[in-house]
Amino acid sequence: MFDVAIRKKLGDFSLDVRFASEAPVTALFGPSGSGKTSVANAISGLLQPDAGKIEVGGTLLFDSARAANIPIHRRKMRVVFQESRLFPHLTVKQNLLYGRWLAGKRNGQDVIEVMRMLGLESLLSRRPRTLSGGERQRVAIGRALLADPAALLLDEPLASLDKARKQEIFPYLEKLVAAAKVPILYISHLPEEIERLAQTVVTLDQGRVKSVGSKIG
Amino acid sequence: MDWLHFSPDEWDAIRLSLRVATVGTLVSIPLGVFIAYALARWRFPGKFLIDGLVHLPLVLPPVVTGYILLLLVGRKGPIGAFLDQHFGIVFSFRWTGAALAAGVMGFPLLVRAIRLSFEAADRRLEDAARTLGANSIVTFLTVILPLALPGILAGAVLAFAKALGEFGATITFVSNIPGETRTLPTAIYTYTQVPGGDFQAAQLAAVAVILSLLALLVSEFLSRRISARIGG
Repeated sequence: MFDVAIRKKLGDFSLDVRFASEAPVTALFGPSGSGKTSVANAISGLLQPDAGKIEVGGTLLFDSARAANIPIHRRKMRVVFQESRLFPHLTVKQNLLYGRWLAGKRNGQDVIEVMRMLGLESLLSRRPRTLSGGERQRVAIGRALLADPAALLLDEPLASLDKARKQEIFPYLEKLVAAAKVPILYISHLPEEIERLAQTVVTLDQGRVKSVGSKIG
Repeated sequence: MDWLHFSPDEWDAIRLSLRVATVGTLVSIPLGVFIAYALARWRFPGKFLIDGLVHLPLVLPPVVTGYILLLLVGRKGPIGAFLDQHFGIVFSFRWTGAALAAGVMGFPLLVRAIRLSFEAADRRLEDAARTLGANSIVTFLTVILPLALPGILAGAVLAFAKALGEFGATITFVSNIPGETRTLPTAIYTYTQVPGGDFQAAQLAAVAVILSLLALLVSEFLSRRISARIGG
């Protein structure tokens, strides 16, 4: 599902990561500053590696040897960012359908199902600034899920929430993981989240892969 | 007694001023947005020069700006002659010339305000749009531009107010022709120069105050509505 081998120099920090995972949900685990987000950004295209190769679900996204680099907007790597990054000038509904509209997909039964699954039906006409942190993150998950994803990259989706909110969102994440038909990369520095969601765990430390396995290593 | 009674000449000046300021501002907005974006986001050779050129009307004596317009865009100027021959567009001694002068004088204010809002924009939202499938043009149209709207509006109102009050560049470039280029400020000036013109001058000055206040009120109203929507 994820086949990543990249190198990137970022100031004093150097990233040199290679891993492959065939699990439906792959976790990227490590302390802050270990390079997790950089790896996610390289997969989504927001960060261009100095060298290497990235394949997701059998699709080549980046290969420095062949000068291949699919532009960000064509990769279909849908990201749920830590700070949700909802568009403040759009309603919840417009946010949810933004990527879908760009993908040229019609609004079918699945839109209603996702809205129901994430409990968003009553929020559709609201603006992001009127939502709680937990609600915002649910909308961000829905926005990624409805955007015809080739893969989902969840970059610490719970990290900006307090404990009560985390517990509120977690069941939605479990439902998402069960319902998603695409590879998921779940990034976290919290073992308890990872153990409940992922089958394969890639542990990072200081820009290097420490271990790849079914448990945190 | 009849403070509200304007002579046809005065009405002409009021209407003309509104038309000149509105057209001058509206036409300069697209170019202003483009230049502001280029200055805020791009690195290119000669950026310093463009930046300086845009700000020149702010620091030059308006008469000099008007004179430069006359040299370049006047009938015999290189740009003016070209536009006249190929497109039949004439600026000199026409109200369109007054609109051009007004637009040029307001341009630095317009660009500054828009540039600030582009520089203050949250780039992370643009990244989010890219990952959701938006190419750079779609990102600009659906995320960057709507979020910069308050800045564009603020800049447009400043430019409009400047255009409404523009005097030196206008009178130098397109003179002071009743019904064609005699805007409010030039009309007020003319009335103060003729015996017995004080009353008309005061009347038009009152109109200028009211129009400027109205512009401010409208902009305040619109920017409140927009920020309430955006939540900025």
